[in-house]
This record gives sequence, C-alpha cells and structure tokens, in this order.
Amino acid sequence: MSTFIEFRNITKLYPGVCALDAVDFTLQKGEIHCLVGENGSGKSTLIKIIAGVVKPEPGAQMAIDGQELAAVQTRDAIDRGVRVIYQDLALFPNLSVEENVAFGLYGESRGPMVDRRALQRRAREAMDAIGLRLDPTATVATLSIAEQQQVEIARSIVGDLKLLILDEPTASLTRTEVDRLFATIERLRSRDIATLFVSHKLNEVFEIAERVTVLRDGRKIGTYRPDELDQKRLVHLMTGREVVTQAPEPLAPDAPELLRVDRLSKTDNYADVSFTLRRGEILGITGRLGSGRTELALSLFGMNPADSGTVMLEGAPLAIGSNAVATRAGIAYVPENRLTQGLVMQQSILSNITVTVLRQLLGERGLLDTAISEQLASDWVRRLDIKIPNLHAPVQTLSGGNQQKVVLSKWLATQPKILILDEPTVGIDVVAKNSVHQLVKELAQGGMGIVLISDEVHEVLANCHRVLVMDRGRIVDEIVPGPDAERQLLERFNLA
Amino acid sequence: MKRTTPIARAFSRNETYLLFILIGLVAVVSLINPRFLTGRNAFQILRSAAFTGILSVGFLVVLIAGGLDISFTASATVGQYLMAVLLASNPQTPIVVAILVPLAIGTLLGAVNALLIHKLNAPSIIIAISNLNIYYGVLQMLSGGTWIYDFPDWFGRLGRGFLFNFVDANGAAYGLAYITLIWLFVALVGTLILRRAKIGRRLYAIGGNLEAAKRAGLNIFGLRIFAYAFLGLCAGVAGLVQALNTQTVAPNALVGREFDVVAAVVLGGADIFGGAGTVGGTLLGVLLITVITNALTILRVPAFWHQVIIGAVVLGSITVTSLRTLLAKRKERTIDVS
Repeated sequence: MSTFIEFRNITKLYPGVCALDAVDFTLQKGEIHCLVGENGSGKSTLIKIIAGVVKPEPGAQMAIDGQELAAVQTRDAIDRGVRVIYQDLALFPNLSVEENVAFGLYGESRGPMVDRRALQRRAREAMDAIGLRLDPTATVATLSIAEQQQVEIARSIVGDLKLLILDEPTASLTRTEVDRLFATIERLRSRDIATLFVSHKLNEVFEIAERVTVLRDGRKIGTYRPDELDQKRLVHLMTGREVVTQAPEPLAPDAPELLRVDRLSKTDNYADVSFTLRRGEILGITGRLGSGRTELALSLFGMNPADSGTVMLEGAPLAIGSNAVATRAGIAYVPENRLTQGLVMQQSILSNITVTVLRQLLGERGLLDTAISEQLASDWVRRLDIKIPNLHAPVQTLSGGNQQKVVLSKWLATQPKILILDEPTVGIDVVAKNSVHQLVKELAQGGMGIVLISDEVHEVLANCHRVLVMDRGRIVDEIVPGPDAERQLLERFNLA
Repeated sequence: MKRTTPIARAFSRNETYLLFILIGLVAVVSLINPRFLTGRNAFQILRSAAFTGILSVGFLVVLIAGGLDISFTASATVGQYLMAVLLASNPQTPIVVAILVPLAIGTLLGAVNALLIHKLNAPSIIIAISNLNIYYGVLQMLSGGTWIYDFPDWFGRLGRGFLFNFVDANGAAYGLAYITLIWLFVALVGTLILRRAKIGRRLYAIGGNLEAAKRAGLNIFGLRIFAYAFLGLCAGVAGLVQALNTQTVAPNALVGREFDVVAAVVLGGADIFGGAGTVGGTLLGVLLITVITNALTILRVPAFWHQVIIGAVVLGSITVTSLRTLLAKRKERTIDVS
C-alpha cells in the first residue's frame, strides 16, 4: 500500500480559535479511513484543507499522490481525484439523475450544444460502477435522501476518483440505507478508491473503518486500527474523559398514570396503538423510518389528529385536535429536525427560547417585557448548561448539541407534563448526547413523563424504562432493557 | 428500477392538461358563437398573441434561472420609441439599422439589470421595479408623452404582411402574419437554448440549486447576464413587433402589459421560484390567455371583466398546482399499515 495523502504540521488559526494545531495526517491509497472527534475538534477544517477550500498556516507540508504542493487549491485537489460530499448535498433537484451525474461533461466538452449520447453514456457508466439502479430520467427531487446521496457518489466517481470524502453521510439514513452506502464504499475500495468517512456514530466506525484518526480540540490524538479499540476506549480518546451512561432510576411502583392511549388509529399512518405512560417514566419508541413513530408522535401533539381511539390525560379524556390544545394540556414535542422544525435559525437564542411562552412575559402595558424574557432565557441557559456567546446571538452560530438544548429549553419553558422527544440526538457529538440523556433522566426524576423516539436501538435501551417497537404502523413488541435486549431487537426486527 | 410509460409521463405534465383545457375552451366558445372558430379569427389570435408570446419566452428564461424581472415592458418601450424617433427623423434609415436599435437597447438594459442584481446581491424583483420606473419616467420626461405615427412604407408592409393567402366569405384576404412568425422563431430559439444548449441546462441548474451550482464551479455572473440580456433582447423584439402591429408608438402604451406575461408563464407551469418551466408550456399559457381575451370580446363581455377573469384563471391554476403538490406529499407519507 502506498500513501495518497501525506500532510505534516497542519495548523489553522481562526480569530480566537486554534482549529488545528500541528496535525499530521496520512491516508493510504484505497483505504477506508474514519475521522472522528467531537464538534469543534477540527474534523471539518481538516477536510476543507484536504479539499483545498481552506488554506493552512505557513509551515505546513502537504503532498497528495506523492507530489509535494506548496498550497492546495480546490483545482489541485480535484485534478488529483479528491471529491467531497458534504452533508447538504450539492445536487440539482430539478434535473434528471443522468444530468446530475454527468453534469461535469458540460464543462469539459466543446461546442455550445449538449451531447445527449455522451451524457447518457457517462451517466450509465458511473451508475454501473457503483451499482446504482435508478431510472436515469427520474427527477432528483423525487428521490429519497439516500438515493440522492448515491447519485452524488456516482457524480464524483466520474473522472479519475482517488479519494472520496464523506461528511457525516449516515446522519439521515435508515439502517438499510446505511448498509447500501457501506456496500458502495466497499465497491469503491475494490477499485482502489479511498474513502475518508466522518461520523458521529461509533458503531458504524467499527463496522467499516480500516483505520481511525481521532481529533480532539484541534490536536491529533492518534491513528488506530479498529481492533486496537473498543467503543469505550474510542469515546475516551475523543472526549478525554469517561462518558458513562447511567440507566434511569427505577420507577416508583406507585407512580400514577399520566397518559393512556387506547386503540389509536389513523388511516395510512398507524393502527390500533395502545400504551400507557406513568409519571416519571421514560418510554422508548423505536422502529425503522416509516414505521409510523413520527406520525404517532405528531398525533399526540395534535398536528396529525387520529381518526379513532382515545387518549386519556391524568384520567380525563382529551381530544387533541391541534397543537394549541396539546400545549395547553401540558404536552410538548421536540421535533425530529431542529433546523427546519425546531428553531428559527437566524433569530436569537432569547427569541427561540421564549417563543412558546410569550404570554407569560408581558409587562404592565401588555407589551413584551425584555427583563422578564431575559431572566427566563438565562435561567434555562444556566440550567441546561448551554454554551452561548450571549442571549442575542443567532441560534445558527451554536454547535448542534447546544442548538438541541435550545429547542429543549423552548419546550421545557412551557412546563409540560409530558415531553415527546423525536430523535433528540441526531447529529450531535458524544458528550452533548450524553448530557441530553442526563437531562432527560433528571426531568423524569422530577415527575415528567417522557416519550423518547429513536431509531438508534442503543439509545432507547440505555435510557428508557420500557421500549415499544413499531413496525408498519403497529406496536409489535414491548421490551424491558436488559443484557439480551439489543440482540433480541437485532434478530427479530433487523434493527441495530 | 421503474420506468414510467410515455402516457403516464404525459399525464404527469402540465402541458397535457393545458392542451386539454385549451381544446375544451375552444369547443365551448365555438358552440356559443360560431364566429369564433374561423380561420380568420385563429390567425388573428396568433397575431395578437405575438407580443405577449415573445416576452413570455424571455421572462421564462429569467424565471428558470431563479430571477424575477418585470422591467421588460419598459425596456421594450424605450427600444421601440428610440427606433420610432429615428425613423420619423430620417425615413431613409436602413431597415437593418432600424430593427437593430430596439434589439440592442433591450439587450443592454437587460444586462444592466443583471449587473445590478448580481453586484448589489439584491432581490431581482426590487431592481426590476426600480428600473421599470426609471426607464418609463425618463422616457416620459424626454418625449413629453408624444405619440409617433410617421413610419416609412416598409414598416407598414412588414406589419400588415402575411404568408399563405386565404380568402374569407366576404372576399377579404388573411393568413399567417409575419409578426406571428417572429414569435415562433423566438420560441424556437428559446427551446433550443433551454433544452439543447449547455448554457440552458446551466440556467436550470442555477435556478434549481444556486449553492450546488457555485460548488460545481459555474460562472453565475455570466449566466445571469445571459438570462437577463436574453429577456432584454426579447423585450426589444416585442417592442418592434408591437410597433409593427399598431403602427404607432407611445411612451405609455405598454404600461401594465407585464401581467399577461407573468400570467402566461405561470399558467404554463414554470416555477416562480426558479428551476422549472418549458417553452411548450409557456406557448400554451400565452394561447390560453389570448383565447380567453378573444373569446370574451367575441361574446361581448364588458372589457373590465377580462381582467377579473384572467386573474381568476391564474388563481385557479395556482390552486390546482398546489393541490397536486399536496396530494403527492400525502401519498409519500403513507404507511402501509397491514
């Protein structure tokens, strides 16, 4: 095996931050290399330097494919076969699959007109190379995220691809789709194409990586083979401390019932769903994407009213026809996607936290009282230990974990009896994840009933009292976390 | 891998529905008033649709590229007015020069719009509204609102001329107007650019996902200049065509004609947010609007109703589009509960 990327002494300073501190990084030809680290550890900066988007400080030595380069420009990286697929995919949703795949042809071929035949040929070759079977004339907007990702991989393979960099490619994929992606990566490897893979999901790292490089606070901790590591050790290397997941405190046997859902059904969404939730209980719901878990959660929050069945809140029937009803009754819902559903990204932290309780923040003249608002927001920032520059900074300037805590504060401010969390830790790092879980347990201790929805089986098993499994719109099993639970779920429902 | 059949594909397209609506409309109006379905009237419709039709092709190109520019009537007016001034003061002006004046002025004004939009990084509609007012205002000021009627002979011959000599029951001749041919030629050029030329595909790309287009290394500024300059060129041609059609030029004759163009392009299925639309759909949209106006005239519906009805048609079409999107979304979210 020979070296493809050899970087030495890479430093990158941003105003007030040292994003990378004298990092050495090597990558072999054709290897599958994982890059892990917490948010702010310098992963993105390193990727951008490899791609030539960001220039390192003087003193860096960089060689790509055996060639020493004084400075890597975007063009140099592309010419040497480096392609990056960012999390926000760079496709043209309104164009066909084949046109997206072979778009680069427009820049290479001569003459003002499109050569349709060449376009189709190139698209077909690229799709065949990664085993992508899609209608080449389909519009990209009609595809799933996973399919779109494959289209972008097909596009990057055009030309002489040597290294594919994937920035958190599995963040919004289902398990089956992740398998499909890994198969594609293996396929690339058999063609001697290397993959640099950035991920927060450590189990995936162990599944696919041949080598793992760990970054922490802009410094390289080391490069390891997966058989030298286990999950605990890796977390330790990434965070510099032990992260312990504590099981929730056992539920008091006499804890009163908070919510009773009886034979709730909605056409084309879910059917015959019954369960109870007690005060202080953390109830997990897991299942694949499309199992109806989010639709059910939205029904409990009044945004997708059920067709039939009943919901009792503290013994009294409740018709949840809108989210206003749900909020007033003390039900809060933290949505799946904090960027589009949970937060107003350009607005301040203050506005985001207080938006659910504006009525409580009125001053004497019936206008919003700034002092009361700031008091409330800073209370939550303190209680949840949110790292912010100041209350008036836009939410988009925060890291994923801190953003998620802002969404949580916004709903906790309503002082709910029931908190429904839909995928609360997607795309946030290990430490932030752990602190969200810790918070959930504390809230339950305080008497709140919590519904925790996640397709990460490990997450629900480690943090819940009971776990419901949903499949095709029905509750198909109830599991009490225990030593055998994970294997059971894997075998019976192909969830992992 | 699923491939859709040609018929299923046809029914997923806006154009198919528009065509059916157009045919249905023609059938109904013909039954009410047989005078509607005559060769003469058909060619008359094609003639009067040319102005809106030419502008629609240009507007479509800008819309696909993710822009919104309604200053084209002002560019058209400035172009045709300067041409008219030139012809009135010197009737010996070579034909080619006279025709090139509005085209060059339109193209230039369009490029100016693109320059401002790109360099100021401002919403295109704001720049367009500002420039619309500036162009009209300056022209009104300099011209004093004077109408111009003095055109050389060739101008009248070109404006009234047609191909294919048909004779109606009253012995009057009619045929396919040169003006209509100019429209069809512009539509053909538009189709070639949008469907077959690389630059056209790139316009779809920047309208579909600007960020992705930047990452793909496209020359965004150049593409914008092209799109707005093309609209300006179309405005120049439309200004010429309108002058040929009416044989008069007035500094305020085209004020408010933007609406028909926007309506036609939206009816034709173009996405107001960019990235989607076809010349075929736009042609049908233009025909639909023109046929409705013509039918209302023949049916002696008072003129102020025309606006109301065209507005309602556009609203209706937007409602249908939005319902179809909603249904598609709902279908996507369905879970097969077994």
